[in-house]
Amino acid sequence: MIRGGDLAERLRVNLGAVSARARVRIVASYRERSWIVGETIFPFLTMSAFVLAYRGLKAPPVYEAFVVLGGAMIAYWNNVLWSMASQFFWEKEQGQLQLYLITPVSRMSILLGMALGGIAMTTSRAAVILAGGALLFHIHFPVDRVLPAFGLFLLTLAAVYSLGMILSSLFLMWGREAWYTATLFQEPIHLLSGFYFPVRALGTAVGSFAALLPVTLGLDGIRQIFYGPAAHGLVPLVWIPPIQVGLLSLFLYLAHRSLATMENLGKREGRLTLRGG
Amino acid sequence: MSAALPAAIESAALTRVFRARRKEREVAALRGIDLRVEPGECFGLLGPNGAGKTTLIKILTTLLLPTSGRAMVAGFDVARDPLQVRRRINLVSGGDTSGYGILTVRETLHLFARFYGVPGPIARRRADDLLAVTGLADRADSRLSNLSTGMKQKLNFARGFMSDPEIIFLDEPTLGLDVGAARDVRGFISRWVREREGRTVLLTTHYMVEADELCGRVAIIDHGRILALDTPKTLKRSVASEPVFELTLGTGGGDGDEVREIAGVRSFSQHTQQATGAIEVRIVVEEDHVIGEVLGMLKQLGIPVLHLTKSEPTLETVFVHMVGRGLADDVEPESETA
Repeated sequence: MIRGGDLAERLRVNLGAVSARARVRIVASYRERSWIVGETIFPFLTMSAFVLAYRGLKAPPVYEAFVVLGGAMIAYWNNVLWSMASQFFWEKEQGQLQLYLITPVSRMSILLGMALGGIAMTTSRAAVILAGGALLFHIHFPVDRVLPAFGLFLLTLAAVYSLGMILSSLFLMWGREAWYTATLFQEPIHLLSGFYFPVRALGTAVGSFAALLPVTLGLDGIRQIFYGPAAHGLVPLVWIPPIQVGLLSLFLYLAHRSLATMENLGKREGRLTLRGG
Repeated sequence: MSAALPAAIESAALTRVFRARRKEREVAALRGIDLRVEPGECFGLLGPNGAGKTTLIKILTTLLLPTSGRAMVAGFDVARDPLQVRRRINLVSGGDTSGYGILTVRETLHLFARFYGVPGPIARRRADDLLAVTGLADRADSRLSNLSTGMKQKLNFARGFMSDPEIIFLDEPTLGLDVGAARDVRGFISRWVREREGRTVLLTTHYMVEADELCGRVAIIDHGRILALDTPKTLKRSVASEPVFELTLGTGGGDGDEVREIAGVRSFSQHTQQATGAIEVRIVVEEDHVIGEVLGMLKQLGIPVLHLTKSEPTLETVFVHMVGRGLADDVEPESETA
């Protein structure tokens, strides 16, 4: 049984670990500016291409807003996949995963730190895409609906990063194989997520399957909050927050179990570290 | 009456077998290791590559599960209660680096201190001390990406002590360090154990002198088994058979071959130095006092004795005696990598 004092101490140490790990990401984002080109300008160009294509096709102007919102959201998904889920794999490759694993903190605290740092880092990129898109292409976001949209956005981020924790456990155990699989599925997931179009266009069956991804569901909901029926929503808006809460709870539980299972498996098979001797 | 303190490290019949990916063969890295290290000890583990040292350390630091047997650290089972173990330990693997190129040296130390819940002011003071010891004080605000490999290794060493662990596992901590830095590191380890009551070090090293200088007790391990375990002094005594003396004789009075006739002289060998003409002699005697008679005879023969030393066995001698080869003659490393 955990005593109250012990629980408080564990909480203190774990919160310290969360903030310490988050800080690494935040420090990196303002010391290393090269990301501005790779992660802001290039995605902005991709987004611009879609906007211009919709204009060329004389699609309703709301589609241009879909693209800008999707362009902002894609930054978070890429951050989850390549800077959080795969991080334990990179730590292992650099020989310092063991330094994290011998610390008396929960693996989820370390990942939560990465997530918060990643969110802080990615928000600046997403903000550039949103602001740039709004200014350059005259995209209108109804100001009175920003608050509920932001609430759903936060809930979506929580679910997306929890899914990242599950993926992280897979990278922990099958680093290189997980890396190849993630690369393989990157484009199909971009398609299923409907980053640049309403996901309902995929049809009900495929769209419903895609809605298992919290990023798809969140984006669908945010578009509906801003543009109502014109957003061509897949799932009724009132269902989306409870589904996201359900996914968040499920993902957190699965992440906790999966991380413990994979770590134990790694310890049994001797696959957590690189050095022998 | 207070209860006896638990051992800092204890293992019983500890075994670890690695199975190759396709399960075609098994490699037994540890075969029934029984070990007890008391709190406050600096304990050395000597063995060639592939002997099982790192595997043992990985089990004791909760990074690997034993196949069978039991391992306890600070009184807690490493398999059943890893969190309690992790609160009390730290690990430094020589040759490894820690942290991120984007962070400074000081930030890196603070990062890892936070993972152990070390409060800010204590972390700052400890970082200052460790940076001074490792000679990194003037690089405290340099980014890791600007450090040399040696500096990164020193930082990794400092990191291990940021949590002020009860038990620290040092796996080849001076590997790759220059002579001066290695000496400073050894000095720090020695002071840390001496001045911090109850702190325990488990050290693996290739450098026999390092083990001899730092460790109160040493275990020699090979092929996953402990071959010998005792104080360096006792281990050395265990391989010392008969006293061996080395003499350098001056020229002019013969080569001293007559001392062979003295009762108690087991063997006598000599060779002449080409440069000086001096004669170097190696004499094995039954008892120490026999050397007195040897010196007496040399004096009678008019042969000057320029130099006399008693040859003592070193840990290297013990190691070769026990293992059957020197540390330089390494075997293939364990196949436990992913």
